[in-house]
Amino acid sequence: MIDLMGIINLNEADEYLGELSRSRSIASIPFAGRYRLIDFVLSNMVNSEISNVGIFIQHKYRSLVDHLRSGKDWDLARKRDGLFVLPPAYTKTPMQMHRGDVENLYSNLDYLYQSRQKYVVIAGANIVSNLDYREVLDFHKNTGAEITALYTKANCSTHDCLRANTLELGPEGQVLEVREFRDSGGYQNMSMDMFIMEKELLIDLVKNCINNGDYDFVKHCIIKNVNKLKVYGFHHQGYVARINSLQSYFQHSMELLSPHIWKELFFKSGLIYTKVKDEPPAKYINETEVTNSLIASGCYVEGKVENSILFRGVKVHKGAYIKNSVIMQKGNIGPGVILENVICDKDVHITANKQLKGEFTYPLVIKKGRVI
Amino acid sequence: MHKKECVAMLLAGGQGSRLGILTQKLAKPAVPFGGKYRIIDFPLSNCNNSGIDTVGVLTQYKPFALNSYIGLGSAWDLDRMNGGVFILPPFVKEQGGEWYKGTADAICQNINFIDQFNPETVLILSGDHIYKMDYSLMLEFHQRKKADATIAVIEVPWDETSRFGIMNTDKEQRVIEFEEKPREAKSNLASMGIYIFSWSVLRKYLLEDEPNVDSSHDFGHDIIPKMLAEDRNLMAYPFKGYWKDVGTIESYWQANMDLLGEQPELNLYDSKWRIYSANPPRPPHYASATAKVKNSVIGEGCLILGEVENSIVFRDAYVGQGAKVKNSIIMPQVHIEDNVVIDKAILGRNTVVKQGAVVAGKNVMGQQEIVVLDADMIIPPHATVEESISCSPAEDDFCKREES
Repeated sequence: MIDLMGIINLNEADEYLGELSRSRSIASIPFAGRYRLIDFVLSNMVNSEISNVGIFIQHKYRSLVDHLRSGKDWDLARKRDGLFVLPPAYTKTPMQMHRGDVENLYSNLDYLYQSRQKYVVIAGANIVSNLDYREVLDFHKNTGAEITALYTKANCSTHDCLRANTLELGPEGQVLEVREFRDSGGYQNMSMDMFIMEKELLIDLVKNCINNGDYDFVKHCIIKNVNKLKVYGFHHQGYVARINSLQSYFQHSMELLSPHIWKELFFKSGLIYTKVKDEPPAKYINETEVTNSLIASGCYVEGKVENSILFRGVKVHKGAYIKNSVIMQKGNIGPGVILENVICDKDVHITANKQLKGEFTYPLVIKKGRVI
Repeated sequence: MHKKECVAMLLAGGQGSRLGILTQKLAKPAVPFGGKYRIIDFPLSNCNNSGIDTVGVLTQYKPFALNSYIGLGSAWDLDRMNGGVFILPPFVKEQGGEWYKGTADAICQNINFIDQFNPETVLILSGDHIYKMDYSLMLEFHQRKKADATIAVIEVPWDETSRFGIMNTDKEQRVIEFEEKPREAKSNLASMGIYIFSWSVLRKYLLEDEPNVDSSHDFGHDIIPKMLAEDRNLMAYPFKGYWKDVGTIESYWQANMDLLGEQPELNLYDSKWRIYSANPPRPPHYASATAKVKNSVIGEGCLILGEVENSIVFRDAYVGQGAKVKNSIIMPQVHIEDNVVIDKAILGRNTVVKQGAVVAGKNVMGQQEIVVLDADMIIPPHATVEESISCSPAEDDFCKREES
């Protein structure tokens, strides 16, 4: 039994994902044909034998709560420990200004006190990867660090590093400085904004933050204390998709069409769990042409699909041609429709013979439930 | 225990010996079907969709895969506080224990189980058929006709009547005669092996039949004829829709193939009548730039680089570049390497076909035979396989456990 609990801290700025996050948090944005972003960090925790996970939610959480329900699909519906969904517990009035995630952590300190694990991993939901926190915990214990910060090396000339933090590391791997990415290109140590520490330290950091009138966990609890605490960086070598803009969402979706990334992300250190839908397997007819695409269960494909991702239950009618696009759940693409560089949110219906086109660097997003 | 209107009893203990290699290691109801399902998913999903929440599953033959598959019944929403799914193997009583000697005997040995729910009716199902059916309509029919027993019947082609148990009925759909596999049938209404009995009546007949040494303790052979002879009110409930017995390799293969095409008779995409099943977490399948998939059903987690045509492919299968899979059923985790040819074959779970091998049935009198490969086999590179191979007895060269 691993002595580690998980906290998923949902405080990502969602204004950069436009239409996709209009009515849902970043954590519940659909990704990779059948998942929502939170499935990756949550499954990683479960696959690392973590059985106590607290999800700190802030706002727009209807779709997330509907997705998680009891936590059964992640094997987290337990008598002992399990899944805890923790909205802000307001101490004064529900209308008071909410400034940051630390306030939410503070108002739910009881959850932390009552948890029996010694160590805690705290992570967001916008970083998609398949990793084993047990290795990180071993590293944390071996280095004697007070905080272990996970990072990747990313080429910021080709990848979207905006709004992420970079780590400056000393020769032994200790973190000297954390700062917001400045447009300087090349390979950088990009923080995954995932940290392992003792639960007692987390409680202290949160209390101190509140006492100082601070409110942002990464900025105020971690970055401000980097020089006061022994912080080490853990280099995660595997595939990482950082979803922090519409462009990065689209780019990383397209990366999944390369089989080695598909294999690594979905099978490497454990499977990725999600809410079960009982869809039948995907179906092809004689006229179907599908190349370089991911097709989820419940899809019924009659037309042509190229370099695209079809989520569960999508129907593609005869003569339709879908290229470089992402069609989310229950999309209905009419006969003769042509789509290129388009992201259709859930339940979109494109009627016969329409042609819609975006640019690879600027995909066209069709709002949830729209009929065109 | 709460009183239940209707308790379902699912007969899942048969060996299904005509399915050969497919049922060597597991009971027939656990045989995979349709790219995702197992046969038992159909009656269990029908139960849930019909509002029947108490199901006893009678197991006997090689029950391990079946038992672990059913589990608590949560896949079919049958993990209930009052009711749910119950696995009922034969058990030892005061006077010793016995195997289930027939379909009626299996129910008779579980009278106590049924009694605790004090039901009005008992629905008898089997794990042999692929169909979607609303049992609540049949139950309503049974009640409306004040029947002692109601037998679901389906019209079969006249030239096939000799393969079925045929019900001869009067104008009011009352059963007046039952003929098992008649040479000259008077009607084409075949029994579907689905019965609703009023529990008090069935209970009496089961207890009378039990000590009879001449009885085969079978519903079709013994219980129904005796009820007919004693002028009980037996009704035939006509069912319309897709219904297929998957008792032989040929009918099993055909029922899978029936799912293909643009308007299959059995629609699995109807969200109002879902067929529930276990859902192992797998990503969407990937079809590469070289893939050519036509008229097929593809499960989750598959990686397709070659050609697939007129086939059913279960989850986690791999089809290599230049490989051609036609008219076949590919079970979970099968690995088909580059340039392999598979034609009219059923490949068992986890079997590996090395590159360049050919697995295709022989033509016998203008008809291509079906090749069945057991689970966990390794077909060597460039081998030609024309006949079914099984892994037991374990002397076979193609079995994985021999290699490791």
